Amino acid sequence: MTRAFAWIYLAVALGFIFLPVGMLVLFSFQDGRLPVPPFNGPSLRWYADVLGDRRLMSALGNSLIVAAVSSAIALLLGFLAAQALARYRLPGTLLMRVVLIAPFTVSYLIIALGLLTLYNRTGIGLSLWTAGVGHVVINLPLCFAILYAAIGDHHRNAERAARDLGASEVKVLALVTAPMLMPSMLAAFFLSFTFSWDEFIIAFLLTRFDVTLPVEIWSLLRSGLTPRANAVGSLVFLVSVSLLLLLELTVFRKVRR
Amino acid sequence: MARAHDNRQGWGLVAPALIWTTAFFVVPFLMMLALSFAKMEGRSVVTGFFPDNYIRIFTEPSLLRGLVVSLEITVTVTVISMVLAYPLAWIIAFRVPERWQRLVLILTILPFWTSYVVRSYSWLLVLGQNGVINKTLMTLGVISEPISMSASRFATVTGFVHFFVMLLTLTIYANLKELSPNYARAAQDLGAGRLATFRHVILPLTLPGLMTGAFLTLVLCIGDYITPQILGGNNELTLPQLIMMQLGRRGDFPMASAMAVVLMGIVTLAYLFSARWLRIDRL
Amino acid sequence: MTAALSIQSIDMKFGEVRALHAVELEIEAGEFIVLLGPSGCGKTTLLSILGGFLQPTSGKVMIGGRDMTHVQPKDRPTTTMFQDYALFPHMSLIDNVGFGLRMRGVGRKERHRRAGELLALVGLPDAGHRRPHELSGGQRQRVALARALAVDPDVLLLDEPLGALDLKLRRQMQDELKAIQRRVGTTFIHVTHDQEEAMALADRIVVMNAGRIEDVGAPQHVYLQPRTLFSAAFMGEINRIDGQGTGEGLDTPLGRLPLAANGKTALLIRPEAIGGSGDLALGPAKLVDAAFFGTHHRCHYAPISAPELRIVAHLPQSAVPVEGSVSELYADHHVLIAEDR
Repeated sequence: MTRAFAWIYLAVALGFIFLPVGMLVLFSFQDGRLPVPPFNGPSLRWYADVLGDRRLMSALGNSLIVAAVSSAIALLLGFLAAQALARYRLPGTLLMRVVLIAPFTVSYLIIALGLLTLYNRTGIGLSLWTAGVGHVVINLPLCFAILYAAIGDHHRNAERAARDLGASEVKVLALVTAPMLMPSMLAAFFLSFTFSWDEFIIAFLLTRFDVTLPVEIWSLLRSGLTPRANAVGSLVFLVSVSLLLLLELTVFRKVRR
Repeated sequence: MARAHDNRQGWGLVAPALIWTTAFFVVPFLMMLALSFAKMEGRSVVTGFFPDNYIRIFTEPSLLRGLVVSLEITVTVTVISMVLAYPLAWIIAFRVPERWQRLVLILTILPFWTSYVVRSYSWLLVLGQNGVINKTLMTLGVISEPISMSASRFATVTGFVHFFVMLLTLTIYANLKELSPNYARAAQDLGAGRLATFRHVILPLTLPGLMTGAFLTLVLCIGDYITPQILGGNNELTLPQLIMMQLGRRGDFPMASAMAVVLMGIVTLAYLFSARWLRIDRL
Repeated sequence: MTAALSIQSIDMKFGEVRALHAVELEIEAGEFIVLLGPSGCGKTTLLSILGGFLQPTSGKVMIGGRDMTHVQPKDRPTTTMFQDYALFPHMSLIDNVGFGLRMRGVGRKERHRRAGELLALVGLPDAGHRRPHELSGGQRQRVALARALAVDPDVLLLDEPLGALDLKLRRQMQDELKAIQRRVGTTFIHVTHDQEEAMALADRIVVMNAGRIEDVGAPQHVYLQPRTLFSAAFMGEINRIDGQGTGEGLDTPLGRLPLAANGKTALLIRPEAIGGSGDLALGPAKLVDAAFFGTHHRCHYAPISAPELRIVAHLPQSAVPVEGSVSELYADHHVLIAEDR
C-alpha cells in the first residue's frame, strides 16, 4: 500500500465515521425547526428546550441511577466469581465460565424477551428495577471476563502474604485483592455504566411508567427530524465521551505505566 | 480437610453470580423456549407442545421473508465492514507513527459512544430527502431532484456498517499489534513480497481477531431492532422488527418467543461455525 | 553458498540518536563472525542493516562484491534467524522450512524433500508434520535455523538466537551451530552479549560499544590482547591497575614496575595470569579471602604496598590458599593500554 493511498484512506474513513456525528452536533445548534441544511445559527435554544424538559430530565436521572446501581451489582458479582474461578480449583470450572459468559453472546432482544416471559409468568410488575436486573445480566459477563483476565500470580502471592499476616478472607478481598485490581475494576464499572445507560431494547420492553433516557429519546424520534433530538444526542455523546476521557486519563494511563 | 474448606469458600464466592445468571438468564430462556411451543387461541395462550409457530415461521411468506432479509442484511454488513475495517486497522497499526496511534484509534471509535438510538437517527440527517448529501448535490447542480436513500436497505446497511467498521477496526488492530513484527520480516527475508507476506502470514495470523469481530458483528446485527426500524422504511421487515410486532400489535408472545429461539439458533450455528477462531473469553 | 561481506563507513541515526558511528568491517566468505556487545551498543542495528530491515543513514553494504545497501530483504542473499524465532504458528514445520522455497516458486515435492533434508540436518528428522507450539525452545531454535538455511543463503544473520535457552542447552546448541556452519560453509554473522558464547562460536569476534567497533580479532587475540579498556573488561574479569608511565617504568600503587610506558597507562592482568611465578613481579600481598570454584580457587589479595587495593587471582585446584598469609605475586601475562586515547 503506498503511503499516499494510506493517508487518503484514513482521511476518507474518518470522514465517513464522523459525518453523521458531525451533522448531529452541528444541527443541534440549528436556529429553526428542521435539522437540515441550510444551517442557521448557532443557537442554543434546543439545548435550553431539552434541559427544561421535565420528562427528558427525569428519564436522564432514571438512566443514571439504573446504570450506577446495575453496574455496581454486576461488578460485585463479577469480581467475586472471577476471584472464585481464578483461585479455587472447583469442579466444573469450565462449565461455570461458559454459563457466566453466555449472556454476552446472545442478542439483548432475546434476554429482554426471556425476562419479559419470566415477569409475566411470576406476575412481577414492570419498573425501572426490572430493566436494571436485565442490565446486570448483560454486564456481568463483561465484568467477570475483565477481572478474570486481570487476576494474576502476583495477586495470589500478595493474598498469601496477607493471610500469613493474619488477615481474614473478607479482609484479604477488601484490603488486598480489590485495591490491586482497582484499574480493571474501574474499567469494568465504567464500561458497564456506558453500556447500561445507553441500552435500549431491554429498557424499552421491561419498563413501564418511569423510563430511561434511550426510551424517552425513542419516543421523541417518532415525531421525525427535530433539532431537539440532535441536542439530546449531542448531550449524551458529550457525557459518554467525558466519562471515557476521564477513564483514559486516570486509569489506563496508570495501567500502561 | 483444608481443601474441602477452601472449596466451600470458592463456592460461596461464585454462587451469587451463578444464581443471578441462572435466575435471570437461563431460567427465563427456558421459559421462553417452553412458551414458543404454546399457541394463541383468540387472545389467550394455550400451553402445550405445538410446533405450529415454527412451522409458520418457515412456511408463511411474510415471516420467512423476515428471516431471509435479516440474514441477507447481516451477511452484507459483516462482509462490507470487514473489507473496509481491515485496511483501516492496518494503516493505524503500521502507517500511523507509534505515538499518534492511540489518539487515532480513540478518534476512530469515538462515535461508538454516541447514543445508540441517536446514531441511526443521525444517518437520517445525512441520507434523508432533505439531508446533507441531497442538499449538497442539489446545490452543486449534480442532481435536480433529491435521490431517495433513506427508508431503504441501503440506509440500514450504511447505518450498520458505520457502527461495525468501528468495532472491527478495534478488534483487528488489537490482533495486528500483538503479532511480532518479526513474522512479516521473516516472510520477506525468505523472499515473500508484500502480497505474499499478507496472504500467507499476516492474514492467517489475524484470522482470530477477524473472526471474533465478525461473530460480534453477526450477533449484534441480526438482533438489532433500532437501525432497520429507523433507517429501513416499511418495504421489508427484519426478524427483530417482526418479533416486536408480535409483542406489540398482536400480543402473540408464543410467536415472538419462537422467532427469538430461531434467532438464537442462527447465532448458535454461527458460533459453532466460527468457534475454532473465537476467543470470546479474551474479549 | 557463501559470500564475503564488506561494511563501508555505515552511519545510522534515529532522530537525534546516533546508533552507529562510521562502522567499517570486512568479512570473508565462510567466516563465523560474532558481534559482541552490551545491549544498546548497535549490534542488532547493524544486523538489521545487513538483513535489509533498516536503511543506513550513510555508508554501503556490499555482499559478494555487489552493493546491497538499498536492496529489499526479499531480494538479498541473506536470511535472518530471529531472536523470537518468528516461526509461523499456523504452518507445520515442513511448511515453515519450505516457505522460502515456496516463495521462489519451487514445487511442492521438491520443497518437501529439501525441507526434510534440513530438518534432518538440525536433528529433527521426523518432526515435519508437527506445529511450532508443540516444540521445546531448543527445537524451535533448530527449526528457525533450518528455515533460514533452506533457501541456501550466502550469509546467515543470527539475532541472539540462543538467548532464550537455559545455560546447559545453550552450550549444546553452540556446539551444534558451529558444526552446522562448518558443514554448510555459509557466512554466519551472529549477535550476542555473552562473551563465552562469542568465544565458543567465532572465527573472529567484533566487540562493539556505543555504536562503534572497539576491537576485532580471533577470540584468543581479543581476550589476551584487547585493543581497548572496554574490550578487555567485556571479554572477562580483569585486574586493572592505573599507573603513570615515565619512559623507564610504570609508576603504580604497587611501586615502579619495569614496563615500557609513557603517560597515563592502565596495566591489565587476567585473574588466571596471576600466581606464584611469572615474568612480572607484583610484590608481596596478603590473601584476604578465597573460595573454591571447582576449576580454580578465586582469591582476593591486598598488596602490602597498597592495602586498599584488591587483586583477584585464580589459583589452580591444587593450591592451598591460607587466608591471612602473605606471598609474592607474579603475572605471566599482561596488557598495557594507554588511557589518553
